[in-house]
Amino acid sequence: MSTSTAGEEIVPTTLGGKAADYLDQRLGIAGAAKKNLRKIFPDHWSFMLGEVCLYSFIILLLSGIFLTLFFTPSMGDVTYNGSYTPLDGIRMSEAYASTLNLSFDVRGGLLMRQIHHWAALVFVMGIMVHMLRVFFTGAFRKPRELNWIIGFGLFTLALAEGFCGYSLPDDLLSGTGLRIMQGLVLSIPIVGTYISFFLFGGQFPGHDIVPRLFTIHILLVPGLILGLITAHLILVFYQKHTQWAGPGRNDKNVVGLPLMPVYMAKAGGFFFVVFGFIALLGGLVSINPIWVYGPYVPNQITAGSQPDFYIGFFEGALRMMPNVEFNFWGHTLSLNVLVPFAVVPGILFGGIALYPFIEAWITGDKREHHILDRPRNMPTRTALGVAGITFYGVGWLNGGNDLIAIRFNLSVESITWVCRFLIILGPIFAFWLTRRICFGLQRRDRDKVLHGAESGIITRSPEGAFSEVHTPLSQGELHKLTAHDVHRPLTLTEVTDANGVPAPNLRRAKLRAKATQWYFGQRVEKPTAEEYHESITSGHH
Amino acid sequence: MKSLSTRRRHPLAAFVVLVLALGFAGTLFAAFVSPASANADSGNTSAQAIANGKALYETSCSSCHGMNGEGSSYGPSLVGSGSAAVDFQVSTGRMPAQQPGAQIQKKAVLYTQAQIDEMAAYIQSLGGGPVVPSQSQYSVNDSMVQLGGVLFRTNCSQCHNFAGEGGVLTDGKFAPELTQTSPKAMYEAMLTGPQNMPQFPNTVLPSAEKQAIISYIVSTRDEANYGGAGLGRIGPTSEGLFIWTFGLIALLLFAVWIAAHTTKASAERVAQAAAKKGGK
Repeated sequence: MSTSTAGEEIVPTTLGGKAADYLDQRLGIAGAAKKNLRKIFPDHWSFMLGEVCLYSFIILLLSGIFLTLFFTPSMGDVTYNGSYTPLDGIRMSEAYASTLNLSFDVRGGLLMRQIHHWAALVFVMGIMVHMLRVFFTGAFRKPRELNWIIGFGLFTLALAEGFCGYSLPDDLLSGTGLRIMQGLVLSIPIVGTYISFFLFGGQFPGHDIVPRLFTIHILLVPGLILGLITAHLILVFYQKHTQWAGPGRNDKNVVGLPLMPVYMAKAGGFFFVVFGFIALLGGLVSINPIWVYGPYVPNQITAGSQPDFYIGFFEGALRMMPNVEFNFWGHTLSLNVLVPFAVVPGILFGGIALYPFIEAWITGDKREHHILDRPRNMPTRTALGVAGITFYGVGWLNGGNDLIAIRFNLSVESITWVCRFLIILGPIFAFWLTRRICFGLQRRDRDKVLHGAESGIITRSPEGAFSEVHTPLSQGELHKLTAHDVHRPLTLTEVTDANGVPAPNLRRAKLRAKATQWYFGQRVEKPTAEEYHESITSGHH
Repeated sequence: MKSLSTRRRHPLAAFVVLVLALGFAGTLFAAFVSPASANADSGNTSAQAIANGKALYETSCSSCHGMNGEGSSYGPSLVGSGSAAVDFQVSTGRMPAQQPGAQIQKKAVLYTQAQIDEMAAYIQSLGGGPVVPSQSQYSVNDSMVQLGGVLFRTNCSQCHNFAGEGGVLTDGKFAPELTQTSPKAMYEAMLTGPQNMPQFPNTVLPSAEKQAIISYIVSTRDEANYGGAGLGRIGPTSEGLFIWTFGLIALLLFAVWIAAHTTKASAERVAQAAAKKGGK
């Protein structure tokens, strides 16, 4: 388009060209753009799960800004005289009254509230699903352990942000949630009471909690989340995206499509799809109808009080814990609250956060990995993940034990007792079963490589024997099925030196040998080249 | 005939016969054994009503509650229960009970209102007790909705749920949902405290307050779901279930759809490669 001869300066003619030239002359963006706009991203649907989180967070910011314009974060006592007549003349906090006004008297307010809340659910769900994807494909391995930690931080911040958010309207459910939270804080030994008084500025509920939660919800936590998301994305950009094994792909390259124009269009389009979908939910499906719950009054409560789904696990653990409480020297140690609130989630969340380091230590693998694992090829990791899901799932289920009981005509105690056993036995069974399934799938892959895929064609030989024709796989398929490493357990190399002196850190080495034996002891070997050639030449297809 | 005999070995034949047999037995039962046919002349006088009620009582209630309402190991004494309790239990189909259990379940109502009134009169004659309320006591009063809401959230919602969707109690007992309950039955339930429900006599909850609660329940249960689909009005649990099923599946489908659409150039290359392979 622009005419340029040697030595002559290129003069942009289009408006966009002029603007870009203007910026380039002042900011020097051409170099950075040239490099980054051609950044390659691999194509797979599971790589778009993180984008769902990012987009729902943007939607949360936009809708949240709208809500702050109308919400009054105050526990001040007012008498409601708005459009919703069943609450007409009822005394309530300004926070609740302003949420009612937002829902009934502000144009588009209810839609914005519902978009905000649905986006919050999508945000947390997206994070969970994205984390599971990263876990099961081993995308957290070196060099991405730190980004896993950042992602884990985002996950916990999202939980906190969600809890603060739904506690703000000061309706009957959110007040109940806060009351439970206060109980959890009180169960902390020695300092619990002090923390509770500090948090609520005196006795529960007091006047301080809503303004404080408001600041945390709209400034502190979103700021942290925004910062961590930036760091998360910079690391993804810098470390490049992982990819599935395939022809031409290795740990040193990325095969995919460039950011500009392909991923610009795909990611931009996906943003609008997610935004549209959440807006549709906000317009069509009711969420958190606070006017039905009524204002929070500490002496009122409702059956079927439930938290948002991401707090369900904690709720379930609390409902599941047997009543263990000790009294000594005038102090109470409420293990019935402390264990489900701090100890169990501490173990679960600690395990999630530290898993990349635990696995690296067990396997002794210090290499960089950019090619993803198929979950079946790491049976122990996959089984651990499914066991974790089962553990979390049983706790989550028990959080809704009252609703399950009423809907299915069951006794709530029976459900609780079943869950008490299931939360221990379920993960063990899930671990065993998942490993079996993974080994089975690996064996099927091995058979496919050696004997080809089933064609569905049955032939009959002159002798009368029936056999199925197997078609050999393409080179690409063969590569995909055999690209993984088959890991072997580490062995103790030197127990003692020549003089019979035990090796340093022998204990740790022994423990590690045991752990890696557990991790990799049972395995399915992939076909060797000889086995493959033999099967090809012998014609056993 | 031939067609019938050829089908007798059909895999579903046994089920058809079973359904026919059950239908036949049921019809016979309904025709001859149903307690609704235990007829008694509707009396005009209260003495006649009590006598009729006693006859009905002896047929359907006495096996558990005793020949004179004194109670037995299967059912409590009804002396002093009052007509309101009888009207509630029988007109909601809870009595006569189908089977013992954690709680007596609702089922189809077996008696006409006239028969229920007669039974109620008989039980009332045994030792008094709360009487069936008049319509003016339980009719919906729109000006009492706000007061009713406060009273409902203070006294009722801890078992019956904020939207009257019901709630669970211990050991398989439950507080039933109030989404269909008639205003009269609600009043009687508060007055008599059936099954696991506490009693709210007029000394505790004056008649006007009962009316306020009923007004609140009836007016809000007919209220539109302002936010769209109500998801059963049970709060965050159904919202979570909805997003993890419908929401997750929809978003995954969008992701798969977008990831599957690649550029024209690379699609062509893939097609060429496939054609090459096919040509071999």
